[in-house]
Amino acid sequence: MKVNINKCAGLVLALNLALVATSPNARADGEQYFPLQSYRIGPYAAGGSGFFGGFIDYLQYVNLKEGGVNNVKLTWSECETEYVVEKGVECYERLKHGLNGAPAAATNPLSVGIAYATLDRSTADKLPLITINHGRTDSTDGSVFPYIFPLQLNPYSEVSAIINYIGTESGGLEKLKGKKIVTLYHGSPYGKETNGILELLAKKYGFKLTLLEVPHPGNEQQSQWLNIRRIKPDWVILRGWGVMNPVALKTAQKTGFPADHIIGNIWSNSEDDAAPAGNAAKGFISITTHPSGTNFPVLQDIDKYVIKASKGNLEDAKRFGTVYYNLGVVNGILNVEAVRVAQEKYGKRPLTGEEVRWGFEHIHLDDKRLAELGALGLVQPLKLTCSDHEGGGAVRFQQWDGSKWNVISDWVQADRDLLRPIIEESSHKYAKEKGITPRDCSKES
Amino acid sequence: MLYREAGQFITHYRADQRLFRLRQDRIGFYLLLASAFVLVPYCGNDYWFSAILIPFLVLSLAGMGLNFLTGYAGQLSLGSAAFMAVGAFSAYNFNLRVEGLPFLLSILLGGVVAGLTGVIFGLPSLKIKGFYVLVSTLAAQFFVQWVFTNFAWFSNDSSSGVITAPPLDVFGLDLSSPAGRYLLTLTIVTALGLLAANIVRSELGRNWMAVRDMDTAAAVIGIAIPKTKLLAFAISSFYLGIAGSLWAFTYLGTVEPHGFDINRSFQILFIIIIGGMGSILGNFLGAAFIVLFPVLMSHIANGLLVGVMDSGHLENFQKIVFGMLIIGFLIKEPNGLASIWQTFTQQLRVWPLRYWSH
Repeated sequence: MKVNINKCAGLVLALNLALVATSPNARADGEQYFPLQSYRIGPYAAGGSGFFGGFIDYLQYVNLKEGGVNNVKLTWSECETEYVVEKGVECYERLKHGLNGAPAAATNPLSVGIAYATLDRSTADKLPLITINHGRTDSTDGSVFPYIFPLQLNPYSEVSAIINYIGTESGGLEKLKGKKIVTLYHGSPYGKETNGILELLAKKYGFKLTLLEVPHPGNEQQSQWLNIRRIKPDWVILRGWGVMNPVALKTAQKTGFPADHIIGNIWSNSEDDAAPAGNAAKGFISITTHPSGTNFPVLQDIDKYVIKASKGNLEDAKRFGTVYYNLGVVNGILNVEAVRVAQEKYGKRPLTGEEVRWGFEHIHLDDKRLAELGALGLVQPLKLTCSDHEGGGAVRFQQWDGSKWNVISDWVQADRDLLRPIIEESSHKYAKEKGITPRDCSKES
Repeated sequence: MLYREAGQFITHYRADQRLFRLRQDRIGFYLLLASAFVLVPYCGNDYWFSAILIPFLVLSLAGMGLNFLTGYAGQLSLGSAAFMAVGAFSAYNFNLRVEGLPFLLSILLGGVVAGLTGVIFGLPSLKIKGFYVLVSTLAAQFFVQWVFTNFAWFSNDSSSGVITAPPLDVFGLDLSSPAGRYLLTLTIVTALGLLAANIVRSELGRNWMAVRDMDTAAAVIGIAIPKTKLLAFAISSFYLGIAGSLWAFTYLGTVEPHGFDINRSFQILFIIIIGGMGSILGNFLGAAFIVLFPVLMSHIANGLLVGVMDSGHLENFQKIVFGMLIIGFLIKEPNGLASIWQTFTQQLRVWPLRYWSH
């Protein structure tokens, strides 16, 4: 940024003042930079501060314990987005060039809106865009979206895994026939994303599906739950967000629907969703890609090296080991692993976004590697390729006991073979609209 | 001294009707245009284009749209974002569904559709006045967003209801780079800005102001009130529609209906309140204030205070400072930044003397 502006330094001197103020003098050559479009204020601050707290703590931990990745120190800086798209774009443009010479590795905005708005930019700037557990489903197809990674779980896999779980609970997928399932979804693009796929699954397995919308923000759900009482479904899938979740649980209790037959999706699965509902949340089931809790070697280590050394990022130490925090740690593990994999190919030095992307496409986490990372049971086995940018597609189910989540199932797989053609149809439609020629993944090394 | 008018006599009606009657103003304006079109693209970088200049220009244009309606014609509106959404989604669909339609023409058609929508929601203004018109535009705000969220056809059945920018080809030129998108936006905003400055000086603009100041008196002197009001809605929404297309295609590259929610309408309203009602320049000043100031503050705060304060607190602190500045400005000059500028140039004209000599 500095170099470009200096071309006309005299003319934009006044404007430059602000930028000069932001550039501390220390050069950071030999470091790898993570631009963080974080959000710690606004309506979604709980998610943002937990996630970025975990992410930063993990980066800090890698620095403190191992001196970085193969002695390449990790560095980062934050830019507040408030979950607002324009601010996210501003932050993206501000941070994408790296920090004091340290190149940026990948962006992690943790916001569907910001991810959509920086999707083209990331591709043009050759900087990976990570949307862990969310994002655009068809970006799973890496041949059309080379720089976008909906790691672990895209929205379609999420729904498919929930239906598979319900099938298992009912004694086999064929027993789903004639069952009644209601999906209560948030009235937003995020909430609607899976309606089509749910209808497809309903047709395939013969269950009766009712889709009920809850208008944003979702603090009034009386009519929807009276409707549910009338339908008497076997299961309710809760596709909520923020305040909608505790309100759903409370209203369910009022209308007499049992919490242990409500299944929360990936954004209805945190402590902040269940705890405010108090007693009504007891027995509530939700999916998760990672258990909460601190019983993993990597979290013990973070506690030892970072938190105990008062270098932790969390303002409220009690949130250590919660769902959002652990998601940040998982995200940190995957980002750092991509850097490590890419370093093996390109050399042990700070890497460009393009090189890190190669690392992401060659992440291979099996149980052995996960044990080395101290994350066995925290991160699912994951293998990414050029054409598959999701990798996992498995979730575990957890149940709220009134004060904490307890994992109640092993990994449940999504039916990814069924979803793949639908994803490809959508990504090819996008490619046609935008005039993109998909990469030939069989020729990628 | 700088602003000496001595020797500048107007001898033709044409010269009297110029946008800038003073030679100094004219030269200043040409220099500004030249630097915006030549110097800035040469000096600027991606960050300036994508994160600051493009949103500044687009919001100025949106402010212009609302200013026609509120500042000139006196009709309050809280539906600006809805008309932006109509413009963006229509332009997207024209481009998608009509084979070979040039990009600029689809933006224009998007503006036309937005204008027609504006007329429909402007109809109640023929019967009701003042704050009650606000309710009708508020209805537009919620209705439009509901339509685009619930009918997937508008977003080409995208599962999440998000639309993406078509390739930015104008006369065979690929303008998808940040500098290209800036130049495209700048060209459209300049053209529409000049048109706006002329509209408000025309008969129509004078009619608007007559209706704003006292509609009974305007009717008495023979101004057709319904036509004047509906034209205000139409032209205002046309401008907003174009701004919406630019917001979606040259700025963000993608947009969901939620991106045009009521907060955007408020933002545009604040732009014209802070910039100045009934002023074209005011839209640019207001947009600059709303866009640039928070960014500037966040850069300064990041440079000076990071590490000293928790980043969440830092952000809240900036909001407090920004809010206080707005209050301060409005107490000092309730008519907005444009009025401050006007007072300043008036003083410059008599400087070094203190008063006009009559």
